[in-house]
Amino acid sequence: MELINLLNYALFFLTLASVYAILTLALNLQWGLTGLFNLGIAGFFAVGAYTSAILTTPEHAGYVGGFDLPIFVGAIAAMITSSIVAVIIGLITVRLRTDYLAIASIGVAEIIRLYFKNAEWLTNGVRGIPGIPRPFGGQPVLLLLLLLAIVIAVYFLVERARISPWGRVLRAQRENEDGTLAAGKNTNRFRLESFVVGSALMGLAGALYAHFIGFITPQAFQPLYGTFLVWVMLIAGGSGNTLGALLGGFAIWLIWSGTQILADFLPSTLSTQAGAVRVLLIGLLLEIVLLLRPQGLIPEKRTALVPRKKSDKGKG
Amino acid sequence: MATDLLQLLYYGLVYGAIVALGAIGVSLIFGILRFANFSHGDLMTTGSYVALALVGWLGWPLWAAVAPAAIATGVIAIVLDRLFYRHLRRTAPVILLIASFGSGLILRSIVQIIFGPDNHVYRTGISIPFRWQGLVITPDSLWVLGGAIVMVILVHLFLSHTRMGKSMRAMSDNMDLALVSGIPAERVVMWTWIIGGILAAIGGILLSMDTKLHPTVGYHELLPIFAAAIVGGIGRPYGAILGAFIISLAMQYSTLIISPAYMPAVAFTIMLVVLIIRPSGLFKGTL
Repeated sequence: MELINLLNYALFFLTLASVYAILTLALNLQWGLTGLFNLGIAGFFAVGAYTSAILTTPEHAGYVGGFDLPIFVGAIAAMITSSIVAVIIGLITVRLRTDYLAIASIGVAEIIRLYFKNAEWLTNGVRGIPGIPRPFGGQPVLLLLLLLAIVIAVYFLVERARISPWGRVLRAQRENEDGTLAAGKNTNRFRLESFVVGSALMGLAGALYAHFIGFITPQAFQPLYGTFLVWVMLIAGGSGNTLGALLGGFAIWLIWSGTQILADFLPSTLSTQAGAVRVLLIGLLLEIVLLLRPQGLIPEKRTALVPRKKSDKGKG
Repeated sequence: MATDLLQLLYYGLVYGAIVALGAIGVSLIFGILRFANFSHGDLMTTGSYVALALVGWLGWPLWAAVAPAAIATGVIAIVLDRLFYRHLRRTAPVILLIASFGSGLILRSIVQIIFGPDNHVYRTGISIPFRWQGLVITPDSLWVLGGAIVMVILVHLFLSHTRMGKSMRAMSDNMDLALVSGIPAERVVMWTWIIGGILAAIGGILLSMDTKLHPTVGYHELLPIFAAAIVGGIGRPYGAILGAFIISLAMQYSTLIISPAYMPAVAFTIMLVVLIIRPSGLFKGTL
């Protein structure tokens, strides 16, 4: 019995970790390759989750729904709606300085969350949407295999994008925008494309989350879980390195889950504060990574554009 | 109707004064250290809870707790700078932004670990509002408004009449020029954190008087505060004050048309409009 519990926990752990790995890969596209400071991950995650949940649930009273569509239709629709949101926000913000984009995107995510919380006709408000269908009748092993397959597909997509001419432009404008403009590339357009593709992947992750858990409320899309953890994952794993992003997603999820076990050992006076202790630990971890290994576990390989001459060595 | 409009004006002034105290700090830190300080809301929370500790544990009256809490928050801001930000100053500003997001989480979780996740108030009991010309005015809100105005005047005197205040404005106005004219950069940075921390703490205390203490009380004000700083122009403390009142009044008056739940969205929309048509803000900010 113990073993079964442990196995179930491992399955649950890996499935959620896979959802976060997709988010981290998506953020790697936006921040790692393009330098777009998206602090609104939770917003796109929520849009995806709610889209798919509303489209796939059977008839019920009180709020919009009853479409009863297949899960893959919901997931595709989730990518489309989060793309639309990303185009609207992107058109306004990709021209802005990175820190303005950060402020704007965190605002958008907060407004999306407020909307989902208050628009009861659409989302059932704080009570959330229950009974979201689960693929394979919720069979955990098959679910995990499906998620892992999607993670691998997203990994290859992002890695392929990175080495493609498109990805080279993204990295070039990140390093030197004027130079890339001078080379005849419309940098705003490339940034917008990267923002939209990344946000669509975040929407996909949201849909997968909804269909895995089977129940969503606005509470699940607070910036802490939706946005901040993903940032820690990407920074710790290695921003700009696709494998690093993937690894960071799983490693930080392991640590985050581990802090829960750690929190169980706390003295009873602190046990009600376990959540806060976990946040404290993860916040400290982020600062430590930034100070000691800002390039992450697997740093981005930066190819020198012009090979250095021997005589240049040592001149710095 | 006229009374309603006046009542909203009053609420807008009270809330705007609180936002202004946060926005001045954000604007100065953004202008001088060149990064958006995402932990600013949590500095406000920290200040309000230090005051709560003095009031609740030591039994001090609230007015006596304000100054110590403000100074403690200024010191905490410097400690965060020494621990984290100072080592990252040579990296990209966004790294500092991420670090500030992390330190904000650290502050918020420490507050929650010590004081718990529940609401607190500085004192229990109902304070009876008095009515004047049909307006409902609580005694606390008068203290909030008065306190904030006093702080804004003090900041003005500091920025315009002291050497350090002038150095701060010079650095946020033109960093290179300020540095070549021999302004001690690290000292200015330290004072920026002290002033930012003090104003944040007092803003947090006033905010908690106006509403309640909660570990996320300051974090939730981040959006209006950033909006005010951007509308006013980054690095422009006077712009931040003006921006705060514009944002606050717009938020209050929006409740005539839309649900109060969307008040942050109003702040956000104004910020976006300013970013699109005049990215440097009303006072021609430096970034």
